[in-house]
Amino acid sequence: MAENAKKVELSVSDRRSVWLRSTFLQGSWNYERMQNGGWCYAMIPAIKKLYTTKDEQSAALKRHLEFFNTQPFVASPILGVTLALEEDRANGAPVEDQAIQGVKVGMMGPLAGVGDPVFWFTLRPILAALGASLALSQNLLGPVLFFVLWNVARMAFMWYTQEFGYRVGTAITKDLSGGLLGKVTKGASILGMFILGALVMRWVSINFVIKVSEVQRSAGAYIDWANLPEGYEGLHQAFSQFAGGLSLEPTVVTTLQDNLNSLIPGLVPLLLTLGCMRLLKKNVSPIVIILALFIIGILGHIIGLL
Amino acid sequence: MSGISIILVILVAFLAGVEGILDEFEFHQPLVACTLIGIVTGQLGPCLVLGGQLQMIALGWANIGAAVSPDAALASVASAIILVKGGQGVDGVGTAIAVAVPLAVAGLFLTMVVRTLSVAVVHQMDAAAEKGNFSGIEIWQLIAIALQGLRIAIPAAALCVIPAEIVQNFLQSMPAWLTDGMAIGGGMVVAVGYALVINMMATPEVWPFFALGFVFAAIGDLTLIALGVIGVAMALIYLRLTESAGAAAGAAAGTGDPLGDILDDYE
Repeated sequence: MAENAKKVELSVSDRRSVWLRSTFLQGSWNYERMQNGGWCYAMIPAIKKLYTTKDEQSAALKRHLEFFNTQPFVASPILGVTLALEEDRANGAPVEDQAIQGVKVGMMGPLAGVGDPVFWFTLRPILAALGASLALSQNLLGPVLFFVLWNVARMAFMWYTQEFGYRVGTAITKDLSGGLLGKVTKGASILGMFILGALVMRWVSINFVIKVSEVQRSAGAYIDWANLPEGYEGLHQAFSQFAGGLSLEPTVVTTLQDNLNSLIPGLVPLLLTLGCMRLLKKNVSPIVIILALFIIGILGHIIGLL
Repeated sequence: MSGISIILVILVAFLAGVEGILDEFEFHQPLVACTLIGIVTGQLGPCLVLGGQLQMIALGWANIGAAVSPDAALASVASAIILVKGGQGVDGVGTAIAVAVPLAVAGLFLTMVVRTLSVAVVHQMDAAAEKGNFSGIEIWQLIAIALQGLRIAIPAAALCVIPAEIVQNFLQSMPAWLTDGMAIGGGMVVAVGYALVINMMATPEVWPFFALGFVFAAIGDLTLIALGVIGVAMALIYLRLTESAGAAAGAAAGTGDPLGDILDDYE
């Protein structure tokens, strides 16, 4: 061990290489130790640089094959802190195995609590909904926008938070309780809930086609198609009557949907969403609900309700 | 489909399978996967619509902790292949979506199988670590990733080689009441995804913002981008107001823009 002679440091390119490898964090996700393989894979450039003997290298590899699981992007600040700890240790500081494992386990829970709502429940749904609404009109910009914005945000987040973790070392855990990330989480959920309200209104579609009433219009309130003159004169007369405010049909059809829309547009989608939330809270599997809705759609269509 | 198309489709399927576990680049999201298959098969338009509709359903599908969500990768890849082979263009989207949902369940089981197989993979890594063998760990990591890729690539390849007539006959043999009914169901299914997301985020504090979003959306002139701007503005205002209320008691910190603070520290 020659660490007294020269201090080993992780260069920017070492850290960048860890950052690139952390993309594969979940690659060997398994039911025993979850993200451990990917974590160790990401640490390899650092371990190679910091430790020179086979024994030290082997011990470090085993140390980083322990259980680990968090939201994949917030693993980056944890990687940064771990890099700083390993660097200190390689330079002779008394950093125990338990300290390193403790930092990993201690940070992964709270950070996953931030990462899941911010990334999976705010950023991705919003960007995806934006992209999807463009894609529905066959606009290629939709998927492109989603893909580019998402990945720029993700890669920048992963690099800067890893660097952040590396610089402040263990101090990051103090900062987390300082509330900065709490604010980010709250801001994200405000934005998320706002957009979700809009999406429920815009994109959940139910249409009750069932007729509530069919009223005969009084004579002279509709175009009397049977008594129009032949040829273009008839067309001319029909169009001028239509422009004059006469109806095309002799009856007024009101569907259940028309009634509901005059009350509150989007009321039924809202109720449907709230109903789904209730079922999910009662631990009904989302897949069961999805299949049930398809069955309701088919049955409702057959009986003429939907 | 031509031979080159099939190879490219299988490649896209492999990428989607890999991303289904990595969750980084998001190649497995319907919006991306369906579009890529549309590009390599020359049927971009219908696949874009399929991707958009399927994405709306899949918005709330996320892997949280050890829980596995319905598999967007298999659902989007397989339904896009079926849409392309069915040859009905945009009209086939409703049916393709109805096929996609059972496939999402099938994909869920497949990924659970691979995640169990990966237990054996990390035991190989343990053995490599014992010997201080770096490349051993790296190779096994790549093998595990490839397994997840094959999870989607193999079913996709099988779908590609099934003759187009069989797919077409199957789709055309479906009666109208079934396909129309499924399309209606598809319109409602979106609610499940939103419900999943809302359940994760909802607190009494943020519910009023949901109500605001709901009524703002009724104004048809506002695009989703405009709504996003309103949402961001309200979040920033709310955070600053709560902060200044707290600052009355003590020292104010930061600029009220948490992301800005993080970036300022770094540049």
